Amino acid sequence: MTTVGQSVRHRKLDRVPWWVYVLLAVAVLVAVFPLYWMFVVASNDSATAYKMPPRLTPGGNLFHLAGLVFSTVPFIRSLINSAIVAVAIGVGQGVLCALAGFAFAKLRFPGRNTLFLIVVLTMTVPTQLAVIPQYMIMSKLGWVDTLQALIVPGLASAFGIFWMRQHIASTVSDELLQAARIDGAGSWQIFWQIAFPLVRPAAFVLGLLGFVTSWNDFLWPFIILKSPEKYTAQIAIKALQNSYVVDLGLAMAGSFLATVPLLVLFAFVGRRLVTGIMDGAFKG
Amino acid sequence: MTTSLTAPRASARPPVESRRKVRESLGERVAPYAYVAPFFLIFGIFGLFPLLFTFYVALFDWNPVAAHTFVGFDNFSRLFDDPRFWNALWNTISIWILSTVPQLLIALGLAHLLNHARLRLATLFRMSMLVPYITSVAATTVVFAQLFDRDYGLLNWLLHLVGAGPVDFVQSTWGSQIMIATMVIWRWTGYTTLLYLASLQAISRDIYEAASVDGAGSWKQFRHITIPSLRPVIVFTIVTSTIGGLQIFTEPLLVSRSAPMTCGPVRQCQTLTLFLFEQGFGQFKFGYGAAIGVTLFVLVVAFALLNFLLSTRIRREKP
Repeated sequence: MTTVGQSVRHRKLDRVPWWVYVLLAVAVLVAVFPLYWMFVVASNDSATAYKMPPRLTPGGNLFHLAGLVFSTVPFIRSLINSAIVAVAIGVGQGVLCALAGFAFAKLRFPGRNTLFLIVVLTMTVPTQLAVIPQYMIMSKLGWVDTLQALIVPGLASAFGIFWMRQHIASTVSDELLQAARIDGAGSWQIFWQIAFPLVRPAAFVLGLLGFVTSWNDFLWPFIILKSPEKYTAQIAIKALQNSYVVDLGLAMAGSFLATVPLLVLFAFVGRRLVTGIMDGAFKG
Repeated sequence: MTTSLTAPRASARPPVESRRKVRESLGERVAPYAYVAPFFLIFGIFGLFPLLFTFYVALFDWNPVAAHTFVGFDNFSRLFDDPRFWNALWNTISIWILSTVPQLLIALGLAHLLNHARLRLATLFRMSMLVPYITSVAATTVVFAQLFDRDYGLLNWLLHLVGAGPVDFVQSTWGSQIMIATMVIWRWTGYTTLLYLASLQAISRDIYEAASVDGAGSWKQFRHITIPSLRPVIVFTIVTSTIGGLQIFTEPLLVSRSAPMTCGPVRQCQTLTLFLFEQGFGQFKFGYGAAIGVTLFVLVVAFALLNFLLSTRIRREKP
């Protein structure tokens, strides 16, 4: 009898009040509406954006506007450029940070603690503010207006090393590495055959974060890229607005086209991204 | 318990380790340095060196194609006499406050709601809140500029429905700053919410259960359980949003189409990074631009340190 009474009380306590759902629904609406509005204007035309009361339903004009986007700026090229940069940075971050994280977590070498302290300290240093010398270095290297100027600086990050070190330290057991060592494996083999496969999910999420960040980056590509065929998608969006009469439908269609690849990616890996971000957060 | 376990193992280790050391080839000994080298190389060339070089360039009247003349601290004294600098500084600070305070408060509330044990559709809610984070600032600005438009914006249409006059968000100081802050809030709130939620889930559910058995309502639980246990992550998000907020660039650049480098004709929303960009890459005054970079760097570090000191102080006072 007591058990029944307890479980009833338990259920009552756990029930989520209806207003929680209302508030969360409002939050979701606010989060998603700007994207929906982007789609509405991009699939109708500019006139939709200037109509009062506004039209809130999608139209059938998306392909026409997309065609205009492709003929105004080399947009497909810019999407490819963005993909090249974002994939290179994602993969580079995943692998290079895992490698460095592995060294810091599992290998003993003189200066390890000092070097790791430096890595952690660099996380707080805002190097973005040094854009002028960064530009000067790129121009000395002859890298202005090239994609490697965007890729190379992003290949490894202090945050990534910190993140991978945490994951390797908690996932890869010392006993396993010890056993491999006794079998005669070098540290390179141990990394590729034992440590990396075990932390691949964490490396994947890190690569994903690098991908999203570099796909959406604006300041640095805006400074470095000059010729339209080198533009990334974000710079192409800006170029669509450069004409005297800004065609809002065109600008929205471009923005929409530059967002779609990420939305598709997100549909597949969004759940892992969410858990990844939550894993990375430090807890109470 | 852990210490008693590790102690004997540590004493048993040395002979094995020394034997291994003899066996270790030179390659194995330098390998760790090779593994961490890419980061240090990249950071050294594209991060640290440019940073130090900024301090150097700031001492020159440095034209990228013409002469560089050493001027000492002239750039800085000119900067501090420049009303455009102070304007940009206040704009940066006000946009930062306008975007950070609401963002953290909303994220706190949302994380609390999402933390209900029996919440249905939890994954869907979490994922949709991350949609703004994957949307680029450049794309966001196109949409928000339209939503906030004076004559045809959805927002002004809604204001009109409730009888309020049209607000010229783009042209007015407060309007443009609120608009920029809204974009920042929209983009980052979901991400911050997830960070808070992760911390919340580390708190034992029993505490909440005990509280509600004792008759504490949702609000009381929020104030007395949620907030105190989130203090470290709140400090963390304040520090990161300070570092990010002081460097805000893309939103103000793209907001005003008529005068992008100044964020409007009267610099109503020009931030420090945008001012740096205008002087460096618009006017080719690399020395002056670098001086702005140095000043901004010092500000960011000072703010981060202040945050850190305040937070350790708070933690010490309330153990």
